[in-house]
Formats: sequence, C-alpha cells, structure tokens
Amino acid sequence: MSLILLIEQILNGLQFGVMLFLTAAGLTLVFGVMGLINLAHGSLFMIGAFAAAATAAATGNFALALMASMAAAAAAGALIEVCVIRRLYDRDHLDQVLATFALILIFSEGTRWMFGSFPLYLNIPEMLSGPIALPGGIQYPLYRLTLIAIGLIIALGLFLLISRTRLGIQIRAGESDREMIAALGVDITRLYTIVFALGAALAGLAGALIGAIQSVQVGMGEPVLILAFVVIVIGGIGSIKGALIGSLLVGVTNTLGAVLLPATFKLIMEPATAATVGSSLASMLIYILMAIVLIVKPTGLFGVRV
Amino acid sequence: MKFKSILLAASVAALSATTAMAEPVKIGMITTLSGGGAGLGIDVRDGFMLAMKQSDNSDIEVVIEDDQRKPDIAVQLADRMIQSDKVDILTGIIWSNLAMAVVPAATAQGKFYLSPNAGPSALAGKGCHKNYFNVAWQNDNLHEAAGAYANSAGHKNSFILAPNYPAGHDALTGYKRQYGGELAGETYTKLGQKDYASEIAQIRASGADSVFFFLPGGMGISFLKQYADSGVNLPVVGPAFSFDQGILQAVGGAAMGVKNTSQWNKDIDNAANAAFVESFQAEYGRLPSLYASQGFDTANLILSAIAKADVNDQDAFRSALEAAEFASVRGDFKFGSNHHPIQDIYVREVIQEGEVFTNKILGVALEDHADAYAGDCNL
Amino acid sequence: MRRESLINVLLAAGLLGFPLWAYVMNEPFLITLSTRVAILALAGVGLNIALGLGGLVSLGHAAFFGIGGYAMGILASHAQSYAPLMESPFLIEGTKSMPIIWLVAIIASGLAALMIGGLSLRTSGVYFIMITLAFGQMFFYFSISWPAYGGEDGLSIYVRNGFPGLNTLDPIQFFLICYVLLVAVLFFANRLAQSPFGLALNAARQNAMRVETVGITPYQLRLTGFVISGMITGLAGALFADLNRFVSPSMFSWQTSGEIMIFVILGGTARLFGPVAGAAVFIALEHILGGLSEFWHIYLGVLLLGIVLFARGGIIGTLAGHEVRHD
Repeated sequence: MSLILLIEQILNGLQFGVMLFLTAAGLTLVFGVMGLINLAHGSLFMIGAFAAAATAAATGNFALALMASMAAAAAAGALIEVCVIRRLYDRDHLDQVLATFALILIFSEGTRWMFGSFPLYLNIPEMLSGPIALPGGIQYPLYRLTLIAIGLIIALGLFLLISRTRLGIQIRAGESDREMIAALGVDITRLYTIVFALGAALAGLAGALIGAIQSVQVGMGEPVLILAFVVIVIGGIGSIKGALIGSLLVGVTNTLGAVLLPATFKLIMEPATAATVGSSLASMLIYILMAIVLIVKPTGLFGVRV
Repeated sequence: MKFKSILLAASVAALSATTAMAEPVKIGMITTLSGGGAGLGIDVRDGFMLAMKQSDNSDIEVVIEDDQRKPDIAVQLADRMIQSDKVDILTGIIWSNLAMAVVPAATAQGKFYLSPNAGPSALAGKGCHKNYFNVAWQNDNLHEAAGAYANSAGHKNSFILAPNYPAGHDALTGYKRQYGGELAGETYTKLGQKDYASEIAQIRASGADSVFFFLPGGMGISFLKQYADSGVNLPVVGPAFSFDQGILQAVGGAAMGVKNTSQWNKDIDNAANAAFVESFQAEYGRLPSLYASQGFDTANLILSAIAKADVNDQDAFRSALEAAEFASVRGDFKFGSNHHPIQDIYVREVIQEGEVFTNKILGVALEDHADAYAGDCNL
Repeated sequence: MRRESLINVLLAAGLLGFPLWAYVMNEPFLITLSTRVAILALAGVGLNIALGLGGLVSLGHAAFFGIGGYAMGILASHAQSYAPLMESPFLIEGTKSMPIIWLVAIIASGLAALMIGGLSLRTSGVYFIMITLAFGQMFFYFSISWPAYGGEDGLSIYVRNGFPGLNTLDPIQFFLICYVLLVAVLFFANRLAQSPFGLALNAARQNAMRVETVGITPYQLRLTGFVISGMITGLAGALFADLNRFVSPSMFSWQTSGEIMIFVILGGTARLFGPVAGAAVFIALEHILGGLSEFWHIYLGVLLLGIVLFARGGIIGTLAGHEVRHD
C-alpha cells in the first residue's frame, strides 16, 4: 500500500472519529453529570438530520439547515428531559434503559409517520463540494476536511466551556457531588435541562453534518449510538478528553482495520477467502479494542469512577 | 385425533358439495411496512393492490401483514396465515433472508408462494419447488446484466464492491459471470456501512477504469453522494436497486448519468405499462418504482391464473401460473423450468425530468435472460 | 396463600390451558403463539437471574439467545446434509436430537457468558450496560459476515428436531416440551433464589461491601449468576430456533436484548413469574396493536413509558400490591 493511500485512510479515520466525538460528547456529559444512560441519544442524532433535510429542502441554505438541526435536537432533548428523563434520575439504570428504549420506538416511528418511509435528500453545499489537492499529491474531499475542522473546533469549545465558564464549573461540580451544588444554591433542575439540551444539540449537529454525505433515514441513529457507547467505555465515563481520544481511536482503528486486515490476509490466503475473513474480523475489531482496554484499565483510559 | 379427522373429512365433503365456486381465494401478503426498509414493501403492496382494484374481482380476499423486516416475525405471520387464516397463496416478501425463512416451510405445507422481489439462488437451484414462483428476478440477474453491459461499454478493469453478506457475494459472482475484463479490486464492505471514504480512496489508487457496486438502501445513497464528491470520475455501473424511484430523490444529482440495469422502467413501450404508470400516479400521487411494477405483475399473474383454474385444483392452477398469460408491464415475460423469469434486462441511465430524477432506457443488456441455477433444479 | 403465589398459579394454569383450548378448537396458530410465549418467557427467566437477583443490567443477552439458536442451527444443518462438523482430531457429527442440542446450546452459551461476564463484571453500572451491549453487537456482526452458516440469510432447517417418543411437528406436543422446560426452570430459579448462593447474590446486589466483609467475593458470585443466566437464555434460543425451524443473525440483534428485557420488566423485575406475564402481554399486544396500525411501535413505546414511570413493579407488582417487595 502506498504512503499516500495510507495518509488518506488516516484522514478518513480522523473524520469518522471527530463526528463520533460529537455524538459521544453529549452522552458522556449526561452520564457524568446526571448519572443517566440515554439510549435515545441516537434518536436525537436522527432528528437533527431530518430537521436539516427538511430545512434545506425548504430554504436551500445549508447553514440554516445546520442551525435548524441543532435547534430541533435541542428542543427535542429539552422536551424529553422535562417530560420523561427528569423522573428517571433517582431510578436505577434498568428503568432508564427501558424508558429510553421506549423513546426510541416513539421517535423512530413518529419520524416515519411525519416524513414517510423513503430516505430524504440532503447534500453538501456547492462551495464545499469536490476534492482539493493537499501537499504530497493527495486529493481529498473539502467537505470531509471541513468536518474534521468543525469537530476539532467544537472539541476545543467544549474544553473551554467546561474549564473556563460558570456553566462549566457547575457541570464539573455536578459530576463530583450532586447534593452539594444543589445545597449551594445552583438551580440543579435548570442545569440538568441545559446539559441535556447541549448534548442533544451536538448529536443533532452531527446527524446533519453526516446526513449530508450519507443517507437521511429512520434508524440511522442506532449504529452511531452503539459506537458512541464503545467510545465512552474506552475513554471513560464523564470525560470529554476521554471521549475525544476514544472517538479518534475507534475511528482510525475501524477505518484502517477494514483496509489493512483483508490486505494482510491476502498475503497468506487466496484472495476471495482473505477478503471474507479479513472483513469479518475487521467488523469485530473495535469490540476487540474495547475488550483490551477493559482488561488493562476497567475504568476506561481517562475515567475515574467505576 | 381420530374424532377430529372424521369431523374434518365430513366438513370437507360438505364444503365440496355445496360451494363449488363461491369460496373466495385468499391471498396472504407478508411484507415490510414499518422500519427502515418500509419503502420497498409499501411499493410492492401498492402495486399489488392497484392491480387487485382494477380487476374488480370480489372473490379474492387479500390479508396484508407487516413483517418488520424480522425473519422470526415473518415465520410467525406465515404460520398464522397458513394455520389460522387458511390462505391459498402467499406473497410479498422483500428480503432474501426472510424469503429463506418462510418459503421452504410454506411450499412444504402445500401453499403457493409467488415472490415479488427476493430471488435467492438456493430457491432457484437445488431448493426449487413446484409451488414456488419468482415474478421478479433471480438475485444474480441484474448483476449479470451489469457485467454484460460493462463488456459492451468497453470496460476492461473494474473495481467491484458489495456488502459482506450472502446477497453481496451473489452480486459480485453474478457480475463476474458475464464480465470479461480484469478486476482492479474486489472489496466486501460491512453490512449497513455508511461511510465509503476508505473504499473510494482504494478505487482512486487502484487504477480501475470503471466501478461496479451493489449497495442496497441507505448504503447506496451514502456511497453515491460520497463518490460524486470525491472527484473520482470513473464510470459507475450498478443494479437498479440504488437508482429506483423511491430512493433516487434522496441521492439527487450525485446519480445523474449513472448506468444501471433493470428488467423494468416506466418508459418501456407497451400498452400495459403506459396504463400502469398512469393509473399508479393517479392513485397514489407518485411515480411507480421497480418494486411497484413487480407487485403489479405478481397480482396480474395471480389474477390470470384464477381466471383459468380453481386454486384448490393445485395441478391445474400451477399450469395456469406456468403459462403466465398476463400482460406484464415489462413486455415479454415467461417462466423457465425452475419457475424463474426469462426476460429482457435493460440498461438505464439516470436523468432529470423537471424537478424529478428518474431513468430512461438506453438499450437491452441481456436478451431473454434466464438464471444460472435452472440446471440444478429438478422440476 | 399470598396473592403473588395465587397469580403465579393462575399464570401457569393459563399458559397451559389456553393452548389446550386452542387444540380443542383446532386453532393451531394459537398453540404456536403460546409456544412462543413459553420460550420467550424462558429467555426472560434466564435474564431475570442476572437482572432481578444479581442486579446486573445486561443489554447483551441476545448473544446467548443467538448462540443457543446457532447451536441448534449448526448441529441440525450438519445432520441434514450428512456432513460431519469436524473429522480431526476426532469425529463430531451433526444431530437432530433435541436433548443433545439443548445440552450443546447450554454449554456453548455458558462458555460465552463466562467470557463476556468475566470481562464485563470488572465494571458495573452504566459501563456494564454498554459493554454487554457492545459484546452483543460483536456477535451480531460476526454472524452476518461469517459466510459458513448462511451469513445474514441464516439457516433453514426443514424438519423440526426430534425428541424421543414424541412427534415434535405436532404443535401441541412441541408446546408441551417447551412448557415442561419452562416450569422446570422456574422451579430451579425459585430454589436458586432461596439457596445460600442466591441469598448471597441478592445481598451482593443490595450491598456489596457488606458481603465482602463476611468473606465472599461479589465478583465470583456475580459471574456464576451471569453464567447460569446466560445458559438458560441459550436454552431458550435453541427452542426458539426450533419453533421457527430457522436461525438468523437477527437473534443476535440488540433489539432482541431489549425485548427480552422488556418481558422481564413488563412482568415485574425479580418476580419469579414476571417474565411469563411480560412475554404473554407483549405477544398479545404485538398481535392486537400490530393489527390496528402500521405505526404500532409508537403505542408500544408510550405504553412502556407509562409502565416505567407510573407502574413500578410491572404487572405482577401492580396486581400483587406491595405486600412483598424483593428489593
């Protein structure tokens, strides 16, 4: 394999990783601050994509579509936080799993009821389409580079938010001692709604950004949700840094595994078998990665709590 | 047990004495109406019911159920339709894996099954059955046509890809069966994969002169959008599934000009097809898809057989089905020895008509094409 | 008699009585439906040992359900084609005998539970949920992409496997097999919960530190409970595959894990007969709501939400009142 191809694949892995990060960041915050497991996070990803597709179809403006995706997902997130999730903070994880599983059913079929059974159209804006030449003769799609940039900027923004702002201090305080910050006069109900809506907005944005290069359809959120879980297990619960490193690890492992494993097996087997065995193994690779991290460090790379 | 069988025998005798004609024919349709793949099932159902409505035959009863694209639900529904609803004919299944779960059991219990979409090779070859008819295609057919087209278009070095599951393996096998050139690369992707950046990079680096892909549903939408954006300008060939009416609007301009193979298109020139396209649009307010045409043909085949024979006389009814004397919207249509279609498969090109993306026929890729498994079938 | 015991007896009698009535009325499909309830309840009873007794929220039990199913599918397909499973170092042939298939399913899913549990139980809480879910997905993707046993198409078995002295193709006889197994496992689960092991596991759920101070390692307790739980769910998987005469990767999907969990919670977590009530209600709903609307999942979702938020303790908890809370 040539070096150029390898670099291109690493870029692909990075791009996959940063988009995964947008989804995982919200999940890990909600885990960290409220101690809640939210299976319906993938539905918020889907809502963002659908809102963006509908807005883009109506206005033709991609920036507006992105804003709509964040607004719709944040609104949906705040709505379910106030109506359902709020009642679950004191419950055990089992009730949380079941209730959010029920929310998936409602959101998926509700979306199909509103938008129909066919995939929607959403495409990248004209000014970001097509490839550009990178140093070393690499042709790489501009939109994917933009995604990497957006993801990294948001990651930076989240770090600043958590470490520098008043909200961030409350979030960190909420992670370490919930009762205490309530006693100190912080409106914990409001804080929870804001954190939940923030996580939802990030997931919605990821849905819209990804929807432009993939397909916007019902059920698009669940595969992403499961990958986000893997990311959080690897990175450690509640840690934004862990989510970022975990996302990039999963993204690069997944992408390179799918390319390198079949190629490696081709050295020792006949091509057809190698392709099958290699791709079978590649599809399990990130779970194996997760198992290894778990053996070495059960709390994840940057987690503190078990 | 003995008591019951006597009762049964008595009721059968009573039935045959009094109601020689009046009992309606019952058709059970198991198809996907909810979840991610619902668009295909809805099209098959709508096409099917349109033909039923046009026939105005009150002696037919259709029971429709949603399989949720889950094999165990499909098996359960088939059991219910056979055991409880007592249907005579089953049809409707979209996916090969669901067909594999349902069809062998249904035909073994003496029911007719007419497939409006799935055509797994196992049911075309050794596993063929006298009561199983496929009204769409054997799974390999459209891919074979794509291979034949690649030859005639002068492609010498194709990069081919499909998901890593049985239908994906069949697709690449089908393409290679007809295609005569070299392979620049052969890749199996993960089922449900949505990001093809890595495969597109491999295509770019492989020195291929053309790309063949089989990626049904959302996978194909994703691939085409990303491919169009990548700046790789090699010609793309694929089966109709990623270019069909329901899906094409979601792909948009990324599909413009792509060649794809299909046994049907809305501009095939015959009276039945023109009437079908017009009445479908009038009834449902959208252009019919490939799946709708298959549902429509399946219903008309059943109607033609019902007109000629009583469904309880299985041998007569089977001969009536085999004759396939109905006006197919794809023009000439007949069954091979294994009850799979022998038909023309066309090459189409994606075009834009006003705001709507659709296809137009370029020519015939394979004429009177039968499937490769008929020889293994002992019918 | 406690009200819960009365409900349990009624449930057991109802699950037996309904298919017998269907048999007399010559409605074989209702028997099939009852068999489905019995098998899914069995899977739920397995999960309930981990969930109710051990407090281990596993969202990956589809892995064991699927392994049980594939144990049946692989053995029966080899028997069907007369091709041995392996020839060296020693000969293993396929089989169509249910007892052997059950045994293999139990052992195979037990081994998988040992592996998954061994790794996952190093953590707890939300970690555990996510890890079990991820391991379940690993099996799912592997079963789709591994071509030897049908991949996504799955495996069809044309004739149901045999049980000595019975005709398993007769719906009522196959139902009785499943019913007897369910009752036996319920009996076992009841004894297990009251055994020293069960009491210790329950104590570890409530307060792990206290258990540790009396010299018991919670990890080993939990792992044992998890393995037993996986074995029972694996047995249910083998029966489920036999009911459908078909096995496919969809048994491994995470929705399957979610559904098994729904049976348990719908009926009432840690209630002995909870999964039976839950599975019966779920199957009935699927049929009634499924006939009403294409979008019946919305109603199912709203109903589940209502139960979680307002009817804690599930069906049996609500019916039996709060006289005995297991937690």
